[in-house]
Amino acid sequence: MSVLLVAEHNHKELKPFTLNAVTAASQMDTDLHAVIIGNNCGDAAKKLSELPLVKKVIQVEAAHYENFVAENFAPVIVKLAENYSHVVCSANTFGKNLMPRIAASLDTSQVSDIIKVISADTFLRPIYAGNAFATVKSKDPKKCITIRPTSFDPCESSGGSAPIEKAEPSKEFNNTKFVKREEIKSDRPELGTARVVVSGGRGMQSGDNFKLITSVADKLNAAIGASRAAVDAGYISNDHQVGQTGKVVVPDLYIAIGISGAIQHLAGMKESKVIVAINKDGEAPIFSVADYGLEADLFEAVPQFIEELNKLNTIQK
Amino acid sequence: MKILVAVKRVIDYNVQIRVKEDNTGVVTDNVKMSTNPPDDNAIEEAVKIKESGTATEVIAVSVGEEKAQETVRKALAVGADRGILIKADGILEPLAVSKLLQKIVEKEKPDLVFMGKQAIDDDCNQTGQMLSALLNWPQATFASKIEIKDKKLEVTREIDEGLETIEINIPAIVTCDLRLNEPRYASLPNIMKAKKKPIEQINASDLGVDTSPRIEQIKVEEPPKRKAGIKVKSVAELVQKLKNEAKVI
Repeated sequence: MSVLLVAEHNHKELKPFTLNAVTAASQMDTDLHAVIIGNNCGDAAKKLSELPLVKKVIQVEAAHYENFVAENFAPVIVKLAENYSHVVCSANTFGKNLMPRIAASLDTSQVSDIIKVISADTFLRPIYAGNAFATVKSKDPKKCITIRPTSFDPCESSGGSAPIEKAEPSKEFNNTKFVKREEIKSDRPELGTARVVVSGGRGMQSGDNFKLITSVADKLNAAIGASRAAVDAGYISNDHQVGQTGKVVVPDLYIAIGISGAIQHLAGMKESKVIVAINKDGEAPIFSVADYGLEADLFEAVPQFIEELNKLNTIQK
Repeated sequence: MKILVAVKRVIDYNVQIRVKEDNTGVVTDNVKMSTNPPDDNAIEEAVKIKESGTATEVIAVSVGEEKAQETVRKALAVGADRGILIKADGILEPLAVSKLLQKIVEKEKPDLVFMGKQAIDDDCNQTGQMLSALLNWPQATFASKIEIKDKKLEVTREIDEGLETIEINIPAIVTCDLRLNEPRYASLPNIMKAKKKPIEQINASDLGVDTSPRIEQIKVEEPPKRKAGIKVKSVAELVQKLKNEAKVI
């Protein structure tokens, strides 16, 4: 039996995490096929076929796949799943929304958000916001798995030439209608894949003060993150939230500014390679995971930090 | 309109959990338990819809051991009209829970089912979507805003890229995000009143659902600990360390 990967894309390009999901799926079985469901998604299908780890691409197209509605996607994948032992996709909001719908239809108990493939049926996954790791073995004949993209390296993206087969679309699900998507466009690196992340918390005190975070991020070519407290307070939009119910990030450098470090926030960043915390409360839990902690008033320290960064003439991009 | 809200009893979100020494799970004895936080948002939203006159009844349902009754009782104290406890012991996977909830939906025929988007213990994020698949109903996951328009809901969803709005026909499932609303606290008079509200108890085994786990939990371990770091005295020292020691800038 082989593995079916569900590709995430925007019809033209593959979303970056598809490459991480391919790596994870290939560790379950090297006979790896990928399905791409969309509308006029030939360009993205071609890119999928160029991934050397992918042995076959299945392309399914219809107008009602334009907006990635899970109710439309699930029946196609459930039908294709007849021929596969595993269905895999990323544990981001795309995969979280979609995979359980597939799993329930296949009468499979899904394994969510794995961080390691131990064998074809055994996986490691964090529970309790990453405060425990569970080793779990799926006993279902068909396995539905979502993978934590930041725990797997992206696969090679060129050199392959897998055949592309077309499959029949399924009927449209009429009870769900897409209305609109408000994507926040930015020239910055994406939060999920950035080398450096600079995050602000409730200590920023206002949305206006977040420009300090922006200045540091500009200097370091970093993505901007935030704690849930900062998002709840309206300082910054939800797509910046790092934590148990937000995004999980694993940058080379994570700078937490004015973030106390609730366990729910630590769940989203504590695997970062180097962690810096700037906080005036020396007892703040963020210091327990920080490689470098600076106990200081952020409104004094951050402008100084920006000045010091200005003095360095070799900022790595 | 009738709204069914599923609530789960979990270890309180403020508790630092401990892994059992025999690696079979986490310590739950003498640990503070609470309602799963986004389930509080689900109850709040249902009660608000009832207060606006659009819904006529809010039913809180929980699946789990006898003590999960406290979680149902708490939902009654903030405004749910009656409760249902489906009694089941041991590990219940989201697939089993969604099958049990399906039985309750078939019996109660609600127009809407609300629940939190994710439970903070197993972090699965599955039950709402699974129930929605089993019923072949529309689903609106990670909801941060819900507007009722006749027989439709317009729901704003928090997605990785920002916000998405969808329109779904009733009956439907909504899984709630933490920013959907501000859950209220139960007042003392309402806690007293909740004691008189009915909670129907049903044994999971009487619902004809096989709840045995499909996933074997081989072991539960502490995650690798991070090495303790250092405190720097000044911004200049911090920058020097980042540049010369960690070599990340």
